[in-house]
Order: sequence, then structure tokens, then C-alpha cells
Amino acid sequence: MSIHKTTVATTNTSNPLSLFSRFHVQSVSGLIGGALIIFWLVMAVIGPMVAPYGANDFVSYDVFGPMSKDYLMGTDYLGRDIFSRVLNGTPYTIGVALAATVAACTAGVVSGLVAAASAGWVDAVISRAQDALISIPSKMFALIMVASFGSSVPLLIIMAAIAYMPGSFRIARALAVNVMTLDYVQVARLRGESMAYIIFKEVLPNMFRPVLTDFGLRFVFIVLLLSSMSFLGLGVQPPDADWGSLVRENISGLGAGAPAVIAPAVAIASLTIGVNLLIDSIGNKSAHH
Amino acid sequence: MTELVKVSGLRVAVRSGGADIPIVHGADFSLKKGEVLALIGESGSGKTTIALSLMGYARNGCHIVDGSVQIDDVDVLSLSPAQLAKVRGRTISYIAQSAAAAFNPSKTIMDQVIESAMIHKTCSRKEAQAKAIGLFRELALPFPEKIGERYPHQVSGGQLQRLMAAMALITDPALVILDEPTTALDVTTQIEVLRAFKKVVRERNTTAVYVSHDLAVVAQMADRIVVLRNGQIQENNLTKKILETPQHDYTKSLLSAMKPETRQDTIEQKKMDLDTDTPLLEVRHLEVCFGDKKVLQDIDLKIRRGATVGVIGESGSGKTTLARTIVGLVQPSLGNIYLDGLPLEASASDRSREQLRRVQYVFQNADTALNPLHTVEEILARPLRFYHGMKGKKQHDRVIELLDLVHLPATIAKRRPTELSGGQKQRINLARALAAEPDIILCDEVTSALDTVVGAAILELMADLRKKLNVSYLFISHDISMVQAICDEVVVLYSGFKVEQGAGESFQRPPFHPYTQLLIDSVPEMQQGWLESTTANHELLPSIGAPKPNVELCPFLDRCSAREEGKCNRIIPSRIKLKKGNQILCHHAFVEHKGQTHDQTRVQVDAMAASV
Repeated sequence: MSIHKTTVATTNTSNPLSLFSRFHVQSVSGLIGGALIIFWLVMAVIGPMVAPYGANDFVSYDVFGPMSKDYLMGTDYLGRDIFSRVLNGTPYTIGVALAATVAACTAGVVSGLVAAASAGWVDAVISRAQDALISIPSKMFALIMVASFGSSVPLLIIMAAIAYMPGSFRIARALAVNVMTLDYVQVARLRGESMAYIIFKEVLPNMFRPVLTDFGLRFVFIVLLLSSMSFLGLGVQPPDADWGSLVRENISGLGAGAPAVIAPAVAIASLTIGVNLLIDSIGNKSAHH
Repeated sequence: MTELVKVSGLRVAVRSGGADIPIVHGADFSLKKGEVLALIGESGSGKTTIALSLMGYARNGCHIVDGSVQIDDVDVLSLSPAQLAKVRGRTISYIAQSAAAAFNPSKTIMDQVIESAMIHKTCSRKEAQAKAIGLFRELALPFPEKIGERYPHQVSGGQLQRLMAAMALITDPALVILDEPTTALDVTTQIEVLRAFKKVVRERNTTAVYVSHDLAVVAQMADRIVVLRNGQIQENNLTKKILETPQHDYTKSLLSAMKPETRQDTIEQKKMDLDTDTPLLEVRHLEVCFGDKKVLQDIDLKIRRGATVGVIGESGSGKTTLARTIVGLVQPSLGNIYLDGLPLEASASDRSREQLRRVQYVFQNADTALNPLHTVEEILARPLRFYHGMKGKKQHDRVIELLDLVHLPATIAKRRPTELSGGQKQRINLARALAAEPDIILCDEVTSALDTVVGAAILELMADLRKKLNVSYLFISHDISMVQAICDEVVVLYSGFKVEQGAGESFQRPPFHPYTQLLIDSVPEMQQGWLESTTANHELLPSIGAPKPNVELCPFLDRCSAREEGKCNRIIPSRIKLKKGNQILCHHAFVEHKGQTHDQTRVQVDAMAASV
């Protein structure tokens, strides 16, 4: 893992301009997506600080209260301020999902590269192990994990990472196998380069864009998985709440059209749509090249 | 007689960052009915762009700025997209460079050949099929009645190219555009395709535009040649005039680049004894199998220090496999490779770093051999650090030195391969091999992707480096005229067999192995009428009885013009030595060949093992 980080870092420092120019976003939808993501990333850090009320303060006697000047998104089933609770839930939703995505993609990409570079029985063992994992439905897997170990933030991260690693592995391996056959990789092999040099210096930079796209997609899937876990009551445990649990807690307000159930759902939607818009614009650009 | 096609003031530009960069600056030319006009020039000269403009088409990113293209008094450039669709494939048709890429692999050939007739409703399906079969026959395709039922992967490259001509001619277009139709083919196949094309074009009185970079090919096909450079017409004249009295300097340089000069140093190299000292690289009894198929058999090869050895053959002859086996990318099933008398491990991953350094391989295609995300400096610095432990300023200075060695400016070090031209990339590719300070460089068709002039410059550079650095080369090529000019020794491969081996200059006079003869006769010559006069692939092969079953026979039996009943179809030939010193795999000693008398002593060098 340490090799990975240092190599990527050197690539970045040696050509910072080109890296940005390769991924710069031109379309309007991409800008909107980028803005949404930046907004939520900032909120994940400062959200709890700027929230007008404490996450667990009972601020109103009005349950499922409407939107008002004091309570921007109304109040929940216990009379707590939804706006503050959404902001306090941001670090959970984004932080857990981001950590899980980074773990899933790093493990998937590295094992994919190793499998593609070594071929033969190493490839067969890694690929079949990943196939075994991919055959387990992710939600079922998550339920079993929570049932056996109890729900906690580290467990959720590990669980989501394991569930989404095989997909990342499949994509990385398919990309790497293509790049591996190119002459410049053969040149490196003939020079006697180590596998680490070949996969991180020759192959990885040339599959970075699709891997990044996959990263974004996987992030969305993990947000949705964690939200649905929380909705089932198996995710982040009360009194803390991520967006999924906020939807669940306030589900009884749905009949009354309470903003308490709509606001966290809108937050989930805006994040996933934002990520998708950004990914699409990157994908469009790569298609022109 | 009026002109059928008249192009005037044609200008095409590329849009880049809001500004137009012109790539064709006002082309004017015209064609009479039944005339064949050639557009000739290097890559980037605008020849394909002009050819596509004739159909009112500009490639992605390009657009036609100005001018007119009159075909049969219709201005193609003023037509609407719907009208253009009616003209394309009907009035004007196009034969692309790579037929393999132009055919749909999942449809039968017949369906694709008659497709444009169906779209334009020029005749019924039955009529179109009958017409296609007639065209197949005219194009000398085998089994004309049946070939249409096959799929594209079931016919050879040369056949596919001819089938594409049938596709273009099915609607009897007024104008046919041929875009480098034989560039991707072997010389021996090219000659068949050219003959077929020429016959059809003459018989049908077709008007054609032939796009090519190869002046010798064009000389066979065209009545008139337009020489292009950087989007400008340099010269426009009759073929005869261009070949005999070129006016423009650029035309002259094109003509001279076509004839590789024989190097003087080859003669003095030849005097060195072949067997006294240990060869730098030796290949002994090499055999390589892909699955059950033997792709190389019984290959022996010695390369002395500072020598250049050429390997030639058609595609599929095993020449690239030979080089890949030497560097350790492919493992042989039999035989060994020795460096300075010491055996090398079969696989590159088992060889020492020092061994890897001493044998460098230059890939054919510089586009894929250079990592597009690395700068030139990174590409060249890596072997310096890896093999020689160079760092910092010393490394940077050496990179600049290497760039200088391959005649590139130091400013190029900061660029990436995508920002370089084809010739520059090939120089970087070569410089990277030189950075390792190797003893031998294996060059796999290093000039075949380049323009004639650029390729000649690369060869010049390599000869220079050989003198300066005393490095040896193994030169793989399909171009026999080039190889015999620059190599001390030449090996001719045919379907995995070494059929002839001898000194480079010995390939300038007969006798040869029949296959070598065929290769030499197939190289287009820069004179009109060569296509009709050359004997290659023309004469009827002597008829022989069915070959003896279950016996390994001469690999060239099916195509040999010197085969003999009772000998060639019965027993395997042995290696014999011709008087001029060449070793051939043949039954004949060519004592009397094509009217010339040579008294040869027939020496049995090594009878091929019966097991082979």
C-alpha cells in the first residue's frame, strides 16, 4: 500500500499541470456536479459546527413541524431540528462512504493490477476468490456481517469495502490486461523492471481515468448501501444518525408530507446526482480523446 | 474531351481552439473519363483529406472551407447531406486502406459487396449477385461463385482487398477512390492485387483517384501524378514525365529516397572470417511452437560484433517471432541462444540485468512502444538509472546527449510522445535502446510505419550509429531491397523455415532460392510497365502430382515456380550451398536458371533431420 501512495505522489508532483488538465471539467452539468460535491465535502467537515442547534436537542414541541424561519427543514418525530440533524449526519454518510470507497477501490485496483501483471496461477487464484465474493449479494452480506458482529462505524466501512471490492477488481483487471499487452509494457519487462514499477508506473497512470470514474460510481453505490442499512436500522446507531437513518426515523411523517422525511432524502439524492454528473462529464471528455 | 472530375480551389482546415488551421491550401486538378490520377505524398501531406473531400466528406474536426468539386457537372460540395448520401457509393465509391477493418465480420461477403447496390436500388438482388460474381471473376478471386458465401475472416488479406474493390465497383460509379489499398499487404500479395485492380480499371474504363505514398506502385497504376506536400500541390504531370524528368525538388527527393544506397562498409565487413571468433549472438537449432503449430524450425544464426544481419519474409513467416524469442518474450521448444558463447535463459524474466541490457529490442510501432504519459526525458532516463545508476545532472546531460545522437533538439525532452511526429517517436524509440549501451539491437520493421523519406533518414542514422558505437543489428523487414542494401548478411524466412542465407550483396545477382526470386521480382520498380513485365506470380507453376502424404516436404512447394515432379513432391530438400556462397533449402542447385549458366558445386551442408 505504501508503494502505491508514494508512486502516485511522484506522478503528481512530476506533472501537476497535466494531471489537472487531463481531468478538467468543461460541461455545465459537470460544474453543477462538482459544486454539489464540494458543498457536501465542506459540510462533512464544518457541518456539525455551523448547525444552528445540537443534533439531539429537543427544540420544538411541534413534531413533524413545517419549514419555518427557525427550523429551516422542519422538525422530526421528537421535535428535533432536521436541518441540524442532516448537517450532523453528513460526516457519517460521506465519511463512512468515502473511507469504504477508498478501501474498496485501492484493494480492488491493486489486486486487479497484480492479477493482470502476474497472470498464470496467481491471476487464477485472485480472480476466483474475487468471483466468490462477487457472488454474494451485497445487502445480504451486509446483513450477515451486522448480525454477527453488531453495528459499528468501522464494521460498516469494512463491510462496504469488502462488498464493493470485487467490482472494482474486475474493472481494474480488464483495463490492466489491455494495457499490459501494449508494447511499452513489454519494453519495461524486457528491461527487467520489477512488477511494482510496471504496474504503478507504466500501467496504472494509463488506466487512471476509467478507474476514477469507477471510484465515483462505487461511492454512490456505497452511499446507497449504507443509507439502506441505516433505513433498516442496522447502520449508524441512535442517537447518532446518518441520512439513511433520518429517513427511517421520520418515515411515519410521510403521510403528513413532513419535510423531515424529504430533507434527508433530498440530501442523498443531491449527493448521488452530483457525483454522477461529474463522472459523466469526465467520461464525455475521455470519449473525445 | 471534357473533364469528368474538376477540383478547383479546394481548401480544408482543422478547427483547433476556435481558430482554423489550414491543412489543404487550394488544390486544383482534373481528371478525364477513364483516367487514373495518383495523389502522392508523405503522411500529413493532405492526400487522404483531398480524396475524402471528393466525396464531400471531411474527417472529424476538419471542415471544407472553400472550393468546388465538380463530378459530372454536379458540385459535390454544394449538396445537402441527403443528396450526398445519394451520391456516395453510387457516383463515387471508396476503397479504404485496411479492408480487414472495413468489412463487418458478422455478415457474409456477398451481403456486404452488394449492399450499396441494394441501398441505391440500382438493380435487383439477383442481378447484383450475378454482377458481383462477375466482378469476383474479373478480379481473379478463387471460387468466384462460392467466395461470397464466406465471412471476411475466411479469406486472406489480399483477397479481402480485392473483394472491397468489387464492393466499390458494384454500382458502376463514375469515380473510384483508392486510399493506399495495398500498403498493408506483402509485396507478393500486393502484386496480385495491383494486377487485379489494373485489369478491372482498364476493362471498365473506370476513372480513379489512387492515393499512395509509394511512387513505384503509383507508377504502375496512374496516368497522371499529383505530388503533395504539407497540403500544397508541388507538381502535377503525366506519370512518365514525373518519373523521368521531375521538375520540383521535392519530387526529386522522393525519387531518390526510393532507392536505398549500398553502403561501402558492408564489403569490408564481409572480409572478416565468419567462423574464427565467437559470434556476439548465436542462435542454434531453434524451434518455436505455438500450440501444435511450428512457427520456426531449425534456425541457425550468427551475428558478429558490429555486423548487421537482416531477416526478411512475408507476414507470418516467423521473423518477428524469431526476434521475440531472442529477447525472451517467446520461449522456444528446442534450441538455444548464446550471447558471447554463453547460453541465455529462455525467458527474459530469468535473465540477468546485464544480459537484458546487452540485447535491446526496438518495437515496430513507436506509437505503442512509448508510454504516452511519460515525457521523453522520463523515457530515456529510466534505462540510464536502471542499468547505469545515473542520477541528477549526469542523467540529464546523458539524455540530452542521446537526443543529440539521434539528431533531435534538447527542447524535445520535456514533451510527451503524443506531441511528437512519427519519425521523432521512432528516433526516441531507438534512443531508448541506445541508452542501455547495448551490444546488439533487434529492430523489428522500424521503418515500415514511416514515410519513405523519414524511413531513409532513420536507416542513415542507424548506419551512422553502428560506425560510432560498433553496435550490431538484427534487422527485421519485409523489404528485400532495403535489407540487401544495408545488411552484411541476409536470412530469408518462409513459413518458419530458413530458405536462404547469404551475404547482403549476394542478393544483387542470381541465382536465388525460388522464394527469394519471387520476393525480389515482386518489389515494384520505378518504371511504367513493370507490372506487366515482371515474372513474379505471373507464370503458371509447373504441374506436379499430389504431394506424398504424411511426409514433411519443402514449405514453398505450393507456390514454387521451379518445383519438379518426383522430387519436390516426394522428398524433403536439403540445404545446399550455391557457388556465390549462399545456402539455400532446395532440391535445385540452379545450374541453369532463367538462361544463365552457373556451375555450382553441390555441397550438402546438413541434411535436414528426417524427424523435422
